[in-house]
Formats: sequence, C-alpha cells, structure tokens
Amino acid sequence: MAVAGAELREAQAEVPVPGRRRAPRGGNLWRAVRHNHKATAGALLLLFFFVLAVFPGQIAPDSYASTNFTRALAPSGAHWLGTTALGQDIFSQLVYGTRESLIIAFAVGGLSTFISVIIGVSAAYLRGLVDGALSLFTDVLLVIPTFPLIILIAAYVRSAGLLTIIIVLGLLGWSYGARQLRSQVLSLRDRDFLESARVRGERSLYIIVVEVLPTMTSLIVASFLGAALYAVLTAAALQFVGLGDPNAQSWGTMLYWAENSEALGAGMPLWAIMPGVCVALLGASFALLNYAFDEISNPALRPVRKVMKAGLGGFDSGMTLDVVPGASPSRSRLGEER
Amino acid sequence: MRLRRQKPDSAGTNRRGGHTEPDVFADGVHDLPGSSADEAILEVRKLSVAYVIDAGFVMAVDRVDLDLGRGEFLGVVGESGCGKSTLLFGIAQLLSPPARIVGGSVNFHGKEIAGLSDKQLRHIRWREYSVVMQSAMNALNPVKTVAGQMRDVCKAHSDMSDDEIRQRSEEVLRLVSIDPVHLDSYPHQLSGGMRQRSMIAMALLFTPDLVIMDEPTSALDVVAQRSLMVQIKELQERLGFAVIFVTHDMSLISNFSDRLAVMYAGQIVELGDTRQLFDSPLHPYTQGLLEAFPSIRGPKRHLLGIPGQPPDLAKPPPGCPFAPRCPQVMAKCTTIEPPLLDVQEDLVRCLLYENGPPEALAANAPTPVEIQELPERLPAGSAAGPGEGTSQ
Amino acid sequence: MSDPLLRTEGLTRHFRLGGLFGKRTLHAVDDVNLMVGRREIVALVGESGSGKSTIARLLAMVYKPTAGEIYFEDRPLSRLRSRRDQLEYRGNVPMVFQDPYSSLNPAYRVSHGLRRGMKLHRPDLDRHQRVEEIERVMNAVGLVPADIMLRKFPYEMSGGQRQRVGFAQALGYRPKLILADEPVSMLDVSIRIGLLNVMSELREREDVSFLYITHDVASARYIADRVIVMYAGYIVEEGLTEDVLQRPKHPYTQLLLSAVPDPKAIVAVSGSTDASEPPKVVDPKEGCRFQPRCPYAVAECETITPRLRMLGVEHRAACHVAVPDEAQEGGASSSERGNELADPSPSTASPRPV
Repeated sequence: MAVAGAELREAQAEVPVPGRRRAPRGGNLWRAVRHNHKATAGALLLLFFFVLAVFPGQIAPDSYASTNFTRALAPSGAHWLGTTALGQDIFSQLVYGTRESLIIAFAVGGLSTFISVIIGVSAAYLRGLVDGALSLFTDVLLVIPTFPLIILIAAYVRSAGLLTIIIVLGLLGWSYGARQLRSQVLSLRDRDFLESARVRGERSLYIIVVEVLPTMTSLIVASFLGAALYAVLTAAALQFVGLGDPNAQSWGTMLYWAENSEALGAGMPLWAIMPGVCVALLGASFALLNYAFDEISNPALRPVRKVMKAGLGGFDSGMTLDVVPGASPSRSRLGEER
Repeated sequence: MRLRRQKPDSAGTNRRGGHTEPDVFADGVHDLPGSSADEAILEVRKLSVAYVIDAGFVMAVDRVDLDLGRGEFLGVVGESGCGKSTLLFGIAQLLSPPARIVGGSVNFHGKEIAGLSDKQLRHIRWREYSVVMQSAMNALNPVKTVAGQMRDVCKAHSDMSDDEIRQRSEEVLRLVSIDPVHLDSYPHQLSGGMRQRSMIAMALLFTPDLVIMDEPTSALDVVAQRSLMVQIKELQERLGFAVIFVTHDMSLISNFSDRLAVMYAGQIVELGDTRQLFDSPLHPYTQGLLEAFPSIRGPKRHLLGIPGQPPDLAKPPPGCPFAPRCPQVMAKCTTIEPPLLDVQEDLVRCLLYENGPPEALAANAPTPVEIQELPERLPAGSAAGPGEGTSQ
Repeated sequence: MSDPLLRTEGLTRHFRLGGLFGKRTLHAVDDVNLMVGRREIVALVGESGSGKSTIARLLAMVYKPTAGEIYFEDRPLSRLRSRRDQLEYRGNVPMVFQDPYSSLNPAYRVSHGLRRGMKLHRPDLDRHQRVEEIERVMNAVGLVPADIMLRKFPYEMSGGQRQRVGFAQALGYRPKLILADEPVSMLDVSIRIGLLNVMSELREREDVSFLYITHDVASARYIADRVIVMYAGYIVEEGLTEDVLQRPKHPYTQLLLSAVPDPKAIVAVSGSTDASEPPKVVDPKEGCRFQPRCPYAVAECETITPRLRMLGVEHRAACHVAVPDEAQEGGASSSERGNELADPSPSTASPRPV
C-alpha cells in the first residue's frame, strides 16, 4: 500500500493545481473565455462583425448605395454575392450594413439594461410601496406583447430612423431584465455585508451603487447580451416590415428591398438570404456569449466532459472519470463551516 | 483490541413486513474489552474518496480503515474540510459527481457495497442501513406531510399495505416522543427539534442495523440538542442498532459514543475508546482539540486552540499533514507519512509512538499548553501570537 | 456600576405578523434593562428566539424600539436626529456579524470596508494617517503582514481570518463598545479560541467594551465579566459570570447549564428530558414565559409576570421561586452545590431550586 501511496503523491504532484472556485475577474476572465468553447465562438463572431463595422471601406469593394453595376448579376469574382435588382453590390451592402446593426445592438442593449438596473434594483432595495408600483409597471410591460406594440408605435411615427428605433426598442425591452435583477437583489438584500454597510452608516444610494451592483455584474452583463440579441432581431424585423427608413443602410432594409423586388423568385436568392444569415450570426454571437457567461459564473452549469485516465496510479488505472471542469467540492454552510 | 458491545437479542425481528418490535430491551450494559467480539457489521478498508476537478483531484478521504460492531456507537469528529461528511457519504454510497470512491472497499453485512448501482442498493438501503441528514429543513420535502414522506420510504423499500404503513409510521413517531397526530403536518409546521426527531423516526422505519448520522443536532439549540442526543442514545440501546455519528463538536459526543474517531485532512488520526481518548489523548491534534473547549465547570484556564489552518487538500504537505501545526513536530514528520499505529488499544497516526506506548515518551514530550490558574481576567498579549493571521 | 457606557430602559420591540394588516404581534424583546460599562465584556446568552439578536439590532440602530429608550453615555438615542450625530454613535458602537462568509463584500478586496469605515468615522485623519491606522488595527487583530492581508479578496481568507477583518473594521472607528453578534459560532472550534482571545486582549489594549451575544455558555464564561441570560424576550437572570454560572437562580439558567455537554460527567440516559423548545412569543398573556417548562412552577407563575429582583451581590433573577443568597448560607456548602449542578437531570431535583 505504501507503493500505491507514493504513486498517488506523485500523481498529485504532476497534476497542475486546480484553480480556485471563483467567478473570474480581469485576467481570469480572458482565460475563462478561451477555455469555454461557446465563449470563444461567440467572441470570434462578434469580433468579426466589429471589424466589418469599423473598417467597411477597407473590406467592401464598393459603397452601399452605388448602383453602377449591372443588375441582378450572379455571384462572380467582381461581385462575390452578385448584385441587387438596383445594381448594388450585395457583398458591399452587407459589410456597410453591419455598422447599423451593431449600433442598434449596443445602444438598445445599453439603454434597456440601464433602465432595468435602475428599476429592478430600486424596487428590490427600497421595497414597500415603491416596489409594489415598480413591479406592477414591469409586469404590465412584460405581459403586453411587445412586437405588435412596437409595430404600432413605429407605424405611428411613420418611417423610423435609427434613433427612433433605438429609443422604441430600448424603452420596451427592459422589463425582463428588471425582473431578474429584482429577484437577485431581493436574495442579496439581507446578506450581512449589506447590513454591515447600513450599520456603518452608509446612505442607501451608496449601498446600491457601490455595494450591490458590483456583485451583480454577471447578471447585468447577461441582461445586456440578452437585450442586444433581442434588439438585433427585432430591428431587422421592423425594417423588413417596412417601418424603418427605406434609405437606411442596414440588413433589415436589404431584406425589405429584396422582398419588394421578389428576389427569391427573380433569381437573386442571395440578396434575400444573406442579410438574414448575417442577422442570425450576429444574434448567435450574443446568444453564445450569454450562455458562456452563465457557465463561467456558475460552475454548476458547465458541461460534463469525459476525461480518460486522470493518472490515479496504483488504484484503478484506465478508469474513465466524469469530470465537471472547474467545479470544486461543495461546502454546505451549516455543516462544514461549523 | 476493538470494543464490542453486547447486542440485545433481536431474534423477533421481521425484516420484510417492517413490524419490527424487538423482543428484549437491553438496559445498556457495557462489556469490557476482551469479551466475545461480535463480528463487525461494517468493514471499511482503505476507503479513498476524491473530488475530481478540472485537471486534477482532491483527496477528501484518504485510505480510511474502520470496523463497526453490532450496536456500537462510533463518533467521528473533526473540523471543516477534514472529510468526515465525505467519509459518511462514501460509506452510505451517496456520493455524487465530482466526488467518487477511487479506492478501497466498504463491506456491509459481509457484502461489498461500494460500486453497487442504485438498483442493487435498493434492497439494502433503509432496511439494513439508513441515513439521517444534517438539516431536516433541507432533507425533508417541504411540500409533503410527514406521513407522505414515510409512505414514500416504505413504498420504495417494501410492499407494505397502506394500513401497515400508517401503523408503522405512528409507531416510529411514538418511539421518538412525537404525538402521531403530527403525521399530517408539513415540515414547516414543526419545530426544529421535532423535525429532526421525525427524520430519525423515518430512519428507523425498518429498524436497520446501522444508522448513519451527519451532524443531526447542529442546527438545534443547546437544550434541544441535549435532549435529542439522549433520545438517540436511548433508542440505540433499546433497538440495538449501530450508529456512526459525525460531528464537529467533540464534547457533545463524549457522553454518548463508545468509540471515537478523530479525522484530519481526510485521514483518521486517532481511533479508540471514547473515555480513554478524553482522558489521555495521544495524537497532538486530538490534544489540541480537547484544549480548545472552554469548560463550564472547573478552573478557568487560558486556552490557545490550534494555530494555523487545515491544509489545502489540493496541495497536501509532504509527510504528516498535521506537521505544519504540530507543537510536537519532529524533523522526520515532514518526510515520512505516519502509519496508523496500535498503542494500548488506541490507534494513532503519529510518529511519536513509533517506539511504543506513551509512557516511554512522556518524559520527552513537551506539554503543548501551559496550564495556570487564573483570576477572572485573562492576561493580555497572548491572543495575536501564532494565530492563523500569518500569511501562507 | 458607576458610569455605564450603554444602558437601556424598558427596551421593547414588537413585530407585526401577517403583513400590513396583520393583527398578531411577535414580542421579540420585552422590557429589557441592561447596562454595559467601560472595559467590560458582557455576555448576552440565550437560545434562538430569545431576543438577543434583536437587541443587537436595536442597539445598532437597525430597528427602532417599539417602546423604551437606549442611552449611550447618558444621551438617549431617540434624540440623535442629525446624520452627524447618528454617524458618531455608529462609530462608537459598531457591530461584528456572525457569518464570515457573507459579512464581507465578495466583489472587493478586504481593504474596501476598512477604508470606507475610516472615511465615514475618522474624518479627523488625513489619508496617510488613515493608512497607518488601518495597518495598526490589522496588527491588533493578528492579521499580519497587514499590507498583504489587505490586498486579499474575502474568498482567499479562511472563516477565522474574515471574522478578524470584521473586528478590525470595527476597531478602526475607535469605538467604545463593540456589538459582537455570535462572532464565533460559525467557526471551527480550534479557531474560536483564537478569536475569543483577541476580544479579551482588545478589551485590555484598546479600552473597548464588548456586548458578546452567544448561545454558547462556555465561551461566555471564558471571556465575559458579566452574563445576562435571556428567554422569550425577557431577561431572566443577570450577574457576575461566576455567580450566574456556578449558582444559577433561574430554572431556565439551570436547564441551560445542565444541557451544556461536559466530557467528564456521566450522563444519566434514563429519565425524562425536557424535549420542548423556546416558544415564539406571539400575543403573550401575563405570567412567566418559562412556566410551561418549569419544574418548580407555582400558581403565581401563571398569572404574574416575574420581575428581576436582587438575589445576591449584583445577581438578579426574574423568578417567583428563586431563593436569595442569604437564605442558602446555612445550607449546603458551595462545593456540594457545584456537584449538584453537574447532575444533568433537572427532573430529579428537590422542590426548592439552588
């Protein structure tokens, strides 16, 4: 048995020390993103679109609107995806359209997250009547079908420019996040460190901003990513339906024009398909990052991977173990910590 | 060497139907060591449990050997992270990933149970051994009445009729001094002590031979704790089941256990008769633990506790895991892993006893704590010394 | 007591049950008069539901009293209107919490709380002095080397170290009285002693009093000068530590002491044991709240609420049948009384309590 013991110690010595069980911050975040496949995929996709948005001129051969080319060309060397019924290069349109989609995603994501944080956190922290009123308001907005509402509003405004779309989507998309944040704050509210801050004499506003919010960053980020996804899809839908500005340079508008010109039937399928694919890919990048963030901050959600022969020497070599990467022994509070 | 208790004659027990009324009530007579040793109902050999994480693993239980006789009350004490709860779950086959048994055997009633599937375990679970968890509020189903939960248990492990189940449920509740009218209560309607006692009642539904308890009293106040312990001891002597009782509170268990096992860093460092362990603890950790309890009676003394912290099990120190904190550490302690040595009917995992019983060493071993009679106030200047404030 | 630091008169706190329109009241704390002097450790002992945690929160100004008054250095708390006055009080009477795993904000390093505290409560110090003071208090609680410890996050520290941080935070305010709400009950046994020793030492070196709230009588004996025993919202006994613990007068104190495990005593397994638990006091009537469980109860106990009366030197108990010290002088010697206490079966006691 001493032999097995020695082998065991050796095995332990070779094995790298498992990291602390902790939501990563700073440098750890980078490492976590790299290890998690979903996070890497999502990040790469997003990066790709970012590059397109920032340097459209360098990538696209032509501008969005120039109608210099022969109409309805099939894909070729000069026009990778062909041309539209109006003679525009589809590929260039896609590239230029990226910028608006990204702007919408981040602006709406930011605006609605901002509102949901203010409403959700205040409701939970201040409780009482304030909570009652805010929660009621949130619930009403949750229940109302937002898409028809958005259509109504957008139709009222007639052709909605970028700013209108951002405002409308932002003002209607915060309710889900607010609910989540409120629940989280409610569960945190009686934690000792918050009571400790109160007993220390801190003001409520300070406590909310400095003590509560930083502990909720992962939820806020997740909220943001969810809102961004919602924004991309809904904005494209709005523009497709014709409520956007028909002169805007965006994927949704491309879809609108493609529909108008019956692109699918008229031999220009790429014109209709590609903008949709781009919307889907951008949306997917946010969704992937969202999943990944959940998994990074909550080890229990991580996928179980099989690891062969973790080197347990004298015992059952060759044993297959089910490994949950990153998890660590759970500690029940009352028990282990007494 | 190992103590065995005389078990009450339970010839009248009927496993199947669950109507297990023992015929004879023992009056708790202890036999001295050397009497006829019953064969052990539980034999644990070199049991090791590891938590497999990321690219490595943490040895939570390290080659533990344990024997348990019929009707014996074994206490397992240790602090957080020593592996006592994991050991318990390992024995009860209740481990879930990422924890798993990576070596050793658990032999219950002559059968190897480590590695059995749930289906295979079903026949033994609850009928031959049962488990009482730490916090009844977490272990009891909050949306089912007590009767409902007992019915679940009975239906899972036997085919008693509904009437028989009801009758048996009332019987076990009476055993733990709960009025059977509470059968139709929900857990939140019962007080903490009653919840805990109803968990014990559930564990006794089939009068198993072994009841495993994981700190069942730690969520209770001191008076309720005491009465629960007394109740458990009474039941144990009446019905004759063996108990493995895990706790962090050594003094709590001191009046009730036959033998005591002290765990540290996943290993058993001392195992022996409770009385003997308290009167003359051999392992420096046990000595330190006993020193850490201020007493109600007797002279007031200045206590030091045990400086430092338990080791990080992912990076255990070489040699004896207690060496960094041991007041009697020797040079070889950091290189040689001490084996479990038999010293006068006590098992100790310490190199101090390599050469035999403690008398030979008494002259050389320094006393870890100075004992002085003190007036009401304690002297200043001693608190922040070798405290665990030192950075690692 | 010549000049108490903190004193309460008739302190009462009730909670309404059943939401905004509930009719039932939970009497968490009723008519409590307690005192803490300078350089004194007073232990407030009781089980859950006794009201001890509520008292801590009343004293920390988390709750407002339903009735009664708290006087700090003879100034009533209800008169503290301005934020500056309140801050001053909070700086003088800070609180240390029970749970080391949630008492520090996990998002910040350990220095965060200390710095905030200093900013709020020691405005007299400049930046450099604050840094020095923070290092000083870290040393005082044994967290050395201070600069390395200050940069750690809570998850990098053990439970005992985190509790020490809690004490350091409180010390940074130069307080007169620290409210310690079960500061060691969630720590391992061998670590508890270290922290209790810290508290004792702080009393000597930093001239700070403690109100040590606990359910663990043995640790109260270890560091406290005086002990106050609470049951169901009332104070049932109080006095010097040794008096109360070696010659308890109230039946509840006797029950509590008998339930404390003593490795040396042989337990009488047979006999009835008190299986009931402290009551939740909802809309109580007059009369002693311990009466349902009391082996010595007489008719009076059901109808008249006992008040604290002096039964020995600074030793008070709220019990109709408790016997004052002088009446016992002619009886058994103190050592015999001590042995009686070691017998943990209260049901076999004689009709008169010790």
